[in-house]
Amino acid sequence: MDFSLGAAVFYFHPLKCSVKLNRSFPWFGMDIGGTLVKLVYFEPVDITAEEEQEEVENLKSIRRYLTSNVAYGKTGVRDVHLELRNLTMCGRTGNLHFIRFPTQAMPRFIQMGRDKNFSSLHTTLCATGGGAYKFENDFRTMADLELLKLDELDCLIHGLLFVDRVGFNGHPECYYFQNPSDTQSCVKKPCTLDNPFPMLLVNIGSGVSILAVYSETNYKRVTGTSLGGGTFLGLCCLLTGCETFEEALEMASKGDSTNVDKLVKDIYGGDYERFGLQGSAVASSFGHMMSKDKRDSISKEDLARATLVTITNNIGSIARMCAVNEKIERVVFVGNFLRINTVSTKLLAYAMDFWSKGQLRALFLEHEGYFGAVGALMELLKTTEDP
Amino acid sequence: MAECVRVDSSTSTHTMDKSITLPPDEIFRNLENAKRFAIDIGGSLTKLAYYSTVQHKVAKVRSFEHNTKAASDKLYEISVQEEVTARLHFIKFENAYIETCLDFIKDHLVNTETKVIKATGGGAHKFKELIERKLGLKVDKEDEMTCLIKGCNFVLRNIPHEAFVYAKHADSEFRFQTTHPDIFPYLLVNIGSGVSIVKVESEDKFERIGGSSIGGGTFWGLGALLTKTKRFDELLQLASKGQHTSVDMLVKDIYGGSYGSLGLTGDLIASSFGKSATADKEFSKEDMAKSLLHMISNDIGQLACLYAKLHNLSRVYFGGFFIRGHPVTMHTITYSINFFTKGEVQALFLRHEGYLGAIGAFLKGAEEDNPNQYSWGENYAGSSGLMSVSPDMNPMQRARSGTFDMLEMDRLERQLVNLPLLQDPSSYIPDTVDLTEDALAREYWLYCFEEALDGVVKRAVASQPDIPEATERAEKFRQKYRHKLQTLRHQPFAYGSLTVRSLLDTREHCLNEFNFPDPYSKIKQRENDVALKYYQKAVKSLEELSWEQRQFALVRGVLAGNLTPSGPPHKCALFFVDNSGVDIILGVMPFVRELLSRGTEVVLASNSGPALNDVTNGELQILTERIAAMDPVIQAGLREDRLTLVQSGSSSPCLDLSRLDKVLAMVVRERQTDLVIIEGMGRAIHTNYYAMLSCESLKMAVIKNSWLADRLGGKLFSVVFKYEVPAGKPSQDSAALTPS
Repeated sequence: MDFSLGAAVFYFHPLKCSVKLNRSFPWFGMDIGGTLVKLVYFEPVDITAEEEQEEVENLKSIRRYLTSNVAYGKTGVRDVHLELRNLTMCGRTGNLHFIRFPTQAMPRFIQMGRDKNFSSLHTTLCATGGGAYKFENDFRTMADLELLKLDELDCLIHGLLFVDRVGFNGHPECYYFQNPSDTQSCVKKPCTLDNPFPMLLVNIGSGVSILAVYSETNYKRVTGTSLGGGTFLGLCCLLTGCETFEEALEMASKGDSTNVDKLVKDIYGGDYERFGLQGSAVASSFGHMMSKDKRDSISKEDLARATLVTITNNIGSIARMCAVNEKIERVVFVGNFLRINTVSTKLLAYAMDFWSKGQLRALFLEHEGYFGAVGALMELLKTTEDP
Repeated sequence: MAECVRVDSSTSTHTMDKSITLPPDEIFRNLENAKRFAIDIGGSLTKLAYYSTVQHKVAKVRSFEHNTKAASDKLYEISVQEEVTARLHFIKFENAYIETCLDFIKDHLVNTETKVIKATGGGAHKFKELIERKLGLKVDKEDEMTCLIKGCNFVLRNIPHEAFVYAKHADSEFRFQTTHPDIFPYLLVNIGSGVSIVKVESEDKFERIGGSSIGGGTFWGLGALLTKTKRFDELLQLASKGQHTSVDMLVKDIYGGSYGSLGLTGDLIASSFGKSATADKEFSKEDMAKSLLHMISNDIGQLACLYAKLHNLSRVYFGGFFIRGHPVTMHTITYSINFFTKGEVQALFLRHEGYLGAIGAFLKGAEEDNPNQYSWGENYAGSSGLMSVSPDMNPMQRARSGTFDMLEMDRLERQLVNLPLLQDPSSYIPDTVDLTEDALAREYWLYCFEEALDGVVKRAVASQPDIPEATERAEKFRQKYRHKLQTLRHQPFAYGSLTVRSLLDTREHCLNEFNFPDPYSKIKQRENDVALKYYQKAVKSLEELSWEQRQFALVRGVLAGNLTPSGPPHKCALFFVDNSGVDIILGVMPFVRELLSRGTEVVLASNSGPALNDVTNGELQILTERIAAMDPVIQAGLREDRLTLVQSGSSSPCLDLSRLDKVLAMVVRERQTDLVIIEGMGRAIHTNYYAMLSCESLKMAVIKNSWLADRLGGKLFSVVFKYEVPAGKPSQDSAALTPS
């Protein structure tokens, strides 16, 4: 079955495929991470009457289900504010929707794919992230679906560069913080990644990967750390009994980490001048918690804040060292850890600026954690043959 | 960053045992002459340092005046004199004992010159008032990091086998590093409550290039919150029993297997605590502690590697309370460094890491004495050894040593340097067999030394026939040395690599400790006397031989051989001599004489202090004078300065060519020495058998030990004769093991 326009159309931008292909709808890109599944869905808005007529019922119902809801089941969420409207992809115009749900719900998702008889649509499901490998067999046996598995770092970079190029509904995708060292005058400023290379790309998901990107196809993974978003949430759950990322961030926003962390001034009474360390710098994360009295008097909010600050500062520190070692001045932070997390974005901006004495600039992107999924979708549109 | 300042109140109650388990006078030794105190008070341990002088007996030889010669038929006079030497004492104990210890020090401190005590460490200000009140000394605070670095430089320079690599699953967990002649530059990663990363470029130049707030305090603080376990040690024990895979999200949890294209294995941690982001699961204390330990160790290791790479440094030492004597953390840090540098950088640890701050604070206070101008040596008799109080290693040992750990360092009379003729000083290893790595050899030698102990005790008593309490002292010596041997059986790594040399040296240190400075002095005297009587006769009979016959005779004499018979004579030969008596007089001297006659200058290097029946420099001076009086060749050699006697700087039956008297090194260089002769089991077999020199060398010995002869594939009393020419010079290497 073929629902797309019959003719091949040549185009150059923004997708680099040379031939507009007969891609059957639905168009999905999926990134199955350790904690979250990120799903992008292209909703064509230029459907002709003919197409409309030929569109099979379950394809229609998928489209309606996804676009008319903002929540799916108990845990699926559509980030409406991120929707890219009137986007042209492979000659088609449509809206790009951004949906996420916990990886734990993956079995239910596959179940749904079977119930909706997804395999009858003869589409290719492009998936990246570790889950593309982990769940490949489940997709096959439970839903009769064959995944096209894609490398997550390739997808991340392709997706990121694409979204940056098309922009965010007329606004730049990228932003930074002006005056990062001054909490009063620190403001978010949009910017463009006109000449993005080289950049150090720090992807903070459950864990962290750090890439040095020299061009769209030339990059290397410099290092990574296991202290990432999963660590923040995992520790917060253990320490405070919270259950969700939102809850943890909410608590963190109200807490004071200096009740938990030992600062330089707690040890030296002030700055440690011999080494140019400010008294307000954290000397030991959770250092106060060595004392029983302090453990007994601490609030959950303080603990959540300290966990957030500890993880964020550590990522900042490693990223900065990598930037210096790789001689790259532009550090781009992405990943869902940064979602609704201005505490961390501002802290990262401050850390980059302060410790590099203004040499490094931290950049952020509005679509934080969705680039892998976008990159997967782009692969779908690049593929020359239907399955 | 600093060690944690506060002691957990529960920790204090746990150890608030005011009684000292050992008699304090065995711990705070030589207090009566103590001066220049320094103290380093950490979160749980206090380290006290002081300088003291030790009076002990030394055997001196003195030539009889010619006019009084008739008064004795002996060759020279042996007198036991009292000598005062400098010693540094370092004692480490739990903070709970601090008051008791201060009281003890106050009661025993005779010297009143001392007005100030140098203090460092996070706890210094907390105990300032107590110290000032108890001791009547003014507390003078020193910067912690400066002290740490000074201490680190000091131990790296003065203690061979200070640094080691930790390998949990290897035959020998501790692999000690040879002392590099140039210790700079290096990276010191100090893991206290936070982490400081310091680049050290020279004695006075260092810079804190980075750090991290995720350190020992994070492990302790977060660990206490997560597991309700209060003590740091207990947290580590929990961690060593746990499984991190139930808490951490691994690569395989995300991928189902490995992430092949990036070479990330499935077992790699993708997200620390990544599995604990759930409300419906309980996690065990052990598993959480383990996960936390991995998280922190990996993080520190990663940062250390990034800094090492940025500053192009390959030597990275780790210290701080997080590391201190804990195999668990040494293992995780080592693992992390290996992972992040793909094995290019090795994590190094220090045997006396816990003392660095105290040593540094002491050195700051002793600057006017110029301690860095001297060479120092670890006194094996007075030092507890690595991990003697670590509960992880040996619970029995802990009970025996109490909670006090000691380090004593003797100021050596001579400054020690490398032999300039070492081919590659940085790879030179004096010892032939590392007993820490060779279990069979270790068993054998420990047994040997234990068997020989009775004989040594008897000899010690016999050497002081007129002193009734000698028996008692000899018994004490026996107990001490036997205890050392037992310690080494359990912890072969206690004093660095265990070697025949270290066993011999430990014995000498213990003998000295109990005032048996030279048990062989009278025996040596007698043998020298007898041998001298035969000297002229021996030389005469040698001279009557043909050249070739004479060479063989000389070989039999000193085991010396036909050295480049047809080539030009050597410019100068450096000869490390061995025993008194027949060996030196009838073996070495005729050979020296032959060399001199050939036009080769000779430098005779002998021990500075006594060890077994080895000839000392003092004895050799007298013997040479006597021989010169009989032998015009020797006399001319001395007169024309072609025969020189120097001291080696050593008091060991073995020989460490990287720690030789500075004067010897100077003479060797000035004389353009082109031949080195090393004689005897201790110097040429147990040590230096594999030493590579930049000039021709001859190593010779008679194997007087059947086990060793077996090992080398020969018979007892075989002769080892090893003549080597450095690569690039013509001639062949001839190592021979021939029955004598």
